[in-house]
Amino acid sequence: MDSSHTTTEGLPQEKNSFDTKAIWKTFWILLVITIVELVIAIIYYETHFFPKHILNGVFIIMTLAKAFFIIAEFMHLGHEIKNLVMTVAIPAFLFIWFLIAFAWDGSSYHELRMRYDSYQYEQSKTKAKPVEKHEEGKKPGKE
Amino acid sequence: MAHSVPVGQKWWSGGRSPFNVEYGKLMMWYFLMSDAFTFGAFLISYGSIRFSSNSWPNPNEVFKSFPFIGEMTIPLAFVSLMTFILIMSSVTMVMAVGAGQAHDRKAVMKWMFLTILGGLAFLGCQAWEWTHLYHEGAWWGRNPFMNIDLTQSSTNFTNYFFTITGFHGFHVFSGVIINIIMLIKTWRGDFERKGHYLMIEKAGLYWHFVDLVWVFVFTCFYLL
Repeated sequence: MDSSHTTTEGLPQEKNSFDTKAIWKTFWILLVITIVELVIAIIYYETHFFPKHILNGVFIIMTLAKAFFIIAEFMHLGHEIKNLVMTVAIPAFLFIWFLIAFAWDGSSYHELRMRYDSYQYEQSKTKAKPVEKHEEGKKPGKE
Repeated sequence: MAHSVPVGQKWWSGGRSPFNVEYGKLMMWYFLMSDAFTFGAFLISYGSIRFSSNSWPNPNEVFKSFPFIGEMTIPLAFVSLMTFILIMSSVTMVMAVGAGQAHDRKAVMKWMFLTILGGLAFLGCQAWEWTHLYHEGAWWGRNPFMNIDLTQSSTNFTNYFFTITGFHGFHVFSGVIINIIMLIKTWRGDFERKGHYLMIEKAGLYWHFVDLVWVFVFTCFYLL
């Protein structure tokens, strides 16, 4: 096939591949996940019914689900050929290392500071002076 | 899910695109990859600092205001509205892409216009939120909020919040500019003359990426 002038030559005709119904379905999925996240967050705020760590796990899983639907449907990656999917997906796996390494580093830093930095340790035990948020003249910084 | 490809098709022997997409679109994907790592670095740095801190402010306490309802507070309602606006504008963007594939110039213009409106609405919401927080005393370098365990909070919270939502807001802003340019080009009939609307698809990829990043920013700052 001669592809002397760029663009659509050598590409399949995509005219019939567009599916409005699938887009709306994705929209509803995203909306419902967001609302569920919100309801969980508010219920937790009101009642503290559940350990926050587990909820955070739930939030992260839901976020990844939303990311999957946006990438696969809205960005159409789920309908591209496998080679292309892989060149995008495989580098993204670096994030797994990235996350584990830096979370680990952060919590190790926290532990070291609590052990050796007495200021940090005291701060963790001292309640702050309550600040009236809407009172004039108590705003930090300028003005 | 992948495209059905005839068995034994030789993608790499020349004459066709081995990834079955146009060059510019492939490069847009790679640009978005690099941008994803930029945002990833920001968010992971935020996470790392948060892990190293004793405690952290409660987002439900910080982000509970809503315009025009006065002192009444609903935790997280306003950011949910922002999330809804952005998801909605993503949908209108896909519709524009679909209309472009059908070579329907009028429909492309309509959907692009709605997408731009959505982007502007999101930016307006963010401007309100920033202004509101600023008047509560929050800005880079100052943090009026207490930690959730009532200990003194550091400015890390506000620094990261304004930097990352600001960087994302700047992406939304440039996305809106790109979409406006696309709308003008559609209106002038540039894509009609070219014979395809692939530029709309590339702008669309960028716009969805902005939505995608917001999903993560939303989780990291408002839910966790």
